[in-house]
Amino acid sequence: MNASTAPPAAISVAEVQMVDGYELVIGLECHAELHTATKIFCGCPNNFGDEPNTNVCPVCLGLPGSLPVLNRNVVELAIRLGSALHCTVQSSIFHRKNYFYPDMPKDYQVSQYDIPIDLGGYLDLPSGSRVGITRAHLEEDTGKSSHQGGDGRLHGSSGSLVDYNRAGVPLLEIVSEPDVRSADQAREYLTELRAILEATGVSDAKMEEGSLRCDANVSVRKPGAPFGTRCEIKNLNSIRSLGRAIEAEARRQVDVIESGGTIRQETRHFDERTGRTHTLRIKENSDDYRYFPEPDLVPVVPDEAWLARARAALPMLPAERRARLAGALGVPPSDEIVGVLVERGRDELFFAAVDAGGVADRVAVHLQHNLPPDGPDPIRPGALAALTKMEAAGTLTATQAKAVLVDLVAAGGDGDPAAIAAAKGFEAMSSGALDAFVDAAIAAQPEAWAKYLAGDPKVVGAFVGSVMKATQGKADGKAVTALLEARRAASA
Amino acid sequence: MSSPNTPPPGGSTIGADEVAHVARLARLDLTADELARTTAQLAGIVAHFHDIDALDLAAVEPMTQPYPLVNVLRDDVVRPCVDRDEVLANAPLADDRRFAVPPILDSDDPDASVSR
Amino acid sequence: MSATDNDNVREPDTALAVAADVRAGRRTAVAVLDEHLARIAKRDGEIHAFNLVLTDQARAAAAEIDRRVATGDDPGPLAGVPIALKDNMCTRGIPTTCSSKILEGWRPPYDATVVQRLAAAGAVVVGKTNLDEFAMGSSTENSAFGPTRNPLDVSRVPGGSSGGSAAAVAAGFATVALGSDTGGSIRQPAALCGVVGVKPTYGLVSRYGLVAFASSLDQIGPFSHTVADAAALLEVIGGHDPMDSTSIPQPFPDVSSMLERGVDGLRIGRITDLPAGADPDVIARLDEAFTVLEKAGARIVEVTVPAFTYGLTAYYLIAPAEASSNLARYDGVRYGLRVDAPDTTRMMHASRTAGFGAEVKRRIMLGTYALSAGYYDAYYGKALKVRRLIAQDFARAYEHADVLLTPASPSVAFAFGAKGDNPLAMYLCDVYTIPTNLAGHPGMSVPFGSGADGLPVGVQLLAPALGEPVMFQVAAELERSRR
Repeated sequence: MNASTAPPAAISVAEVQMVDGYELVIGLECHAELHTATKIFCGCPNNFGDEPNTNVCPVCLGLPGSLPVLNRNVVELAIRLGSALHCTVQSSIFHRKNYFYPDMPKDYQVSQYDIPIDLGGYLDLPSGSRVGITRAHLEEDTGKSSHQGGDGRLHGSSGSLVDYNRAGVPLLEIVSEPDVRSADQAREYLTELRAILEATGVSDAKMEEGSLRCDANVSVRKPGAPFGTRCEIKNLNSIRSLGRAIEAEARRQVDVIESGGTIRQETRHFDERTGRTHTLRIKENSDDYRYFPEPDLVPVVPDEAWLARARAALPMLPAERRARLAGALGVPPSDEIVGVLVERGRDELFFAAVDAGGVADRVAVHLQHNLPPDGPDPIRPGALAALTKMEAAGTLTATQAKAVLVDLVAAGGDGDPAAIAAAKGFEAMSSGALDAFVDAAIAAQPEAWAKYLAGDPKVVGAFVGSVMKATQGKADGKAVTALLEARRAASA
Repeated sequence: MSSPNTPPPGGSTIGADEVAHVARLARLDLTADELARTTAQLAGIVAHFHDIDALDLAAVEPMTQPYPLVNVLRDDVVRPCVDRDEVLANAPLADDRRFAVPPILDSDDPDASVSR
Repeated sequence: MSATDNDNVREPDTALAVAADVRAGRRTAVAVLDEHLARIAKRDGEIHAFNLVLTDQARAAAAEIDRRVATGDDPGPLAGVPIALKDNMCTRGIPTTCSSKILEGWRPPYDATVVQRLAAAGAVVVGKTNLDEFAMGSSTENSAFGPTRNPLDVSRVPGGSSGGSAAAVAAGFATVALGSDTGGSIRQPAALCGVVGVKPTYGLVSRYGLVAFASSLDQIGPFSHTVADAAALLEVIGGHDPMDSTSIPQPFPDVSSMLERGVDGLRIGRITDLPAGADPDVIARLDEAFTVLEKAGARIVEVTVPAFTYGLTAYYLIAPAEASSNLARYDGVRYGLRVDAPDTTRMMHASRTAGFGAEVKRRIMLGTYALSAGYYDAYYGKALKVRRLIAQDFARAYEHADVLLTPASPSVAFAFGAKGDNPLAMYLCDVYTIPTNLAGHPGMSVPFGSGADGLPVGVQLLAPALGEPVMFQVAAELERSRR
């Protein structure tokens, strides 16, 4: 699969966020921990939260004499993610990235350099824009050091303690093109990427556990000018932080430029408490990773059969699910109800209920507003379908339907809506029964009736209200309105 | 890769500045004497390397692996780990669970953050 | 041949003979071991082949072998054979130092694959042998724990980097030994000590548990008195290992059955553009080897390997580059020497500076330079291409020859300090062995007479990848001719 370079006609251009006349230009680099049973090069468990240094072996500790052997499932997941992001999945090799740090057992990281497994793709966002994917590559995670003293912060610490459980956990680094133009779009990108990672089983993508981490490259420019110098904001640990950090950094850069300064290319950190970014280190001067091909590993050459299997194993991705749901509802895919239902994973239930005879827009409305948003399916498709059919037939008002739903959910999601409605005394009045109440209402408000006959639509509410009161809420508002219309027509 | 394929500036062998630089990259200290001596030795060795400049390598592919294997993979199955005590027994400094190191001043780690 | 000072000159034990005797109950493993331990006690103080003699563990292992034989169990093809291991192979719970201060006292929590296979075959590990620090050297003078002396002339080096293993076999301290060969570190000391030494095809013996020097060049191989013993040892330790991604997915080829075939009809190649620099006595022995083989029915053919001479340069760019990366892990954090400092970076500097010897530091810096920004293409990148050229030239030569013959070492064993302070002079010791490592081909040194001062000369046999069968076939013929 190759990425197309020009977005098709249906893709919208992202709204550009401006700060004092400067455009934001953002690229995102995300690291996703792969959802495998074992680490990338050894058979140690890939678990979060276990006792320190209990999921280690000679390989992931980088002990003298140890050698890496690649986990087949890691390749499978990289192929799967590449397919989901419309990348070219290619033959690739590993490189060593050499630098010293105490949480690096070998003081080099096995990664991919100029020949990554996934190349060139894109991600379509719910609001309709498209963000290009430059590449995705495999690498091993490092251990974790925790700093003693100094409030647990690096600076001012009295020493550090290192846990290598995380060393060797497989990572996919996903790099976007600098196509993102606003903090909102960045948040949307991260949300959608997370949804894809979860849907495909590639990663559980929990930012709070560190299984999805995001760095943002931010620069600003005057419209039409070339890209400005960018700064990298590292290790943002929530979608909210991502948005705040981008805005804080853009603001900082604009202030610097406006006061006559220039932006220095550097790595920065976002401080949650102050809401500002600050320098972590000046980039590029001493970075010499001395990349060379990893001699202890051999090339990964996925054949067509493997690629086809991975593609076939892809579940329906969020974008496709939105398109499908939008089609069924007759609305654009960027509509809020579409995004909400797909994000909550309630679209399957929607289709099951519609298949059982339910009324599409009523099913959707109930799923969006009147049913629990999280957790397992709160209602059986048949019950939801039956409920909406009663609404369409006029035997239940919208308000009544909502109350019946509450009971259905409380009863475990199954039951007979008609029986529950009857038990509540909830029969919506049939049109015949309503006639008498409508006539009584008309007789009781002759001035209002005269206005209605003259074409004033505002008095409808008064009639509907008095009929509702007289029937103790059993009248269906739409039915009342229809009856009033019929009488007006008849008197014309 | 890193830079265009041109010989190093300022001559065809290694000088003291470069030796000092690579020593730093490799986390090695050299006294002034050692720097001078090492520079002389390395310069002599590097000068010899230029015999390969006579070869026409334009059409030659680099060879990183002596024996051409591909797709060496293992199943995603848990294998026994190593006992923590046995591992920590070799540690120069550790508590009962983790390896202890002096304060990390960072500056050479590209991925460091305050709460790493 | 082990010629000891005062003992009667005797045919040394072979591993095959020992194993046969022990399995048949004709000798006990303990008795065999004790003979070797006695020789160690007598002479290793002077020779210093061992960093560590494992007296108690070896006795326990030998006793266990005897117990199993007594109960009718078969302990394996190397039952009771005393073997010495180069001290860069991981032995669980037993110090593995690489003859470096930075790993002094380090006890690996695991066994190398070859160590596991030896144990399963019934071999008895006598001790860990001395080496040039981290296998970098050609004389074992670079050990942080003192040099090893050549048992045939203690004023001379045994060669390197596996000098301790070569000396251990030559002196009768062990029946056989394992070493490692990255640029000649088995073949050259084998030649200098008058024993058989083999570097197998890259990938035929697992590197899991071998402390890495240069990952794409390192191979483990045997030292022995006889070609048959080397074959037997390789058949035990070799073959696919799932713990090593570069391990060739097949068993070690059967070479033992090749040893009696003779060389009738084989083509033996003489490389006419071999780099000069071998001493006349070495060249003379090589010429005799060609003559012997021709008389035995082989055909001598002339071949060229034009890129052979560039092997030294390619090697001294590739090996130090990989080594600079492989040795980065010695940072004082998780094991080994730590010199304290106020911060981690300074601690790493201090530990590595104190822990590594001069040659190791030189090669680390050389390798770092070859990989560094601005120099990769000119140095490391180019060296990888030269490597391909060498492999291609060998391939062309092997269209006309089954096996190639060269000197193993340019000279017989040299005196301590003979190479002075000049690293280049030392590097030249490996001029004939290095190209095999670059190409990933097998090579072996077979003792073939003596040279200057009565010291042994080794003839090197080279074969294409997986060519061990024909290589051993020719080696056996050369060996037969010396009896």
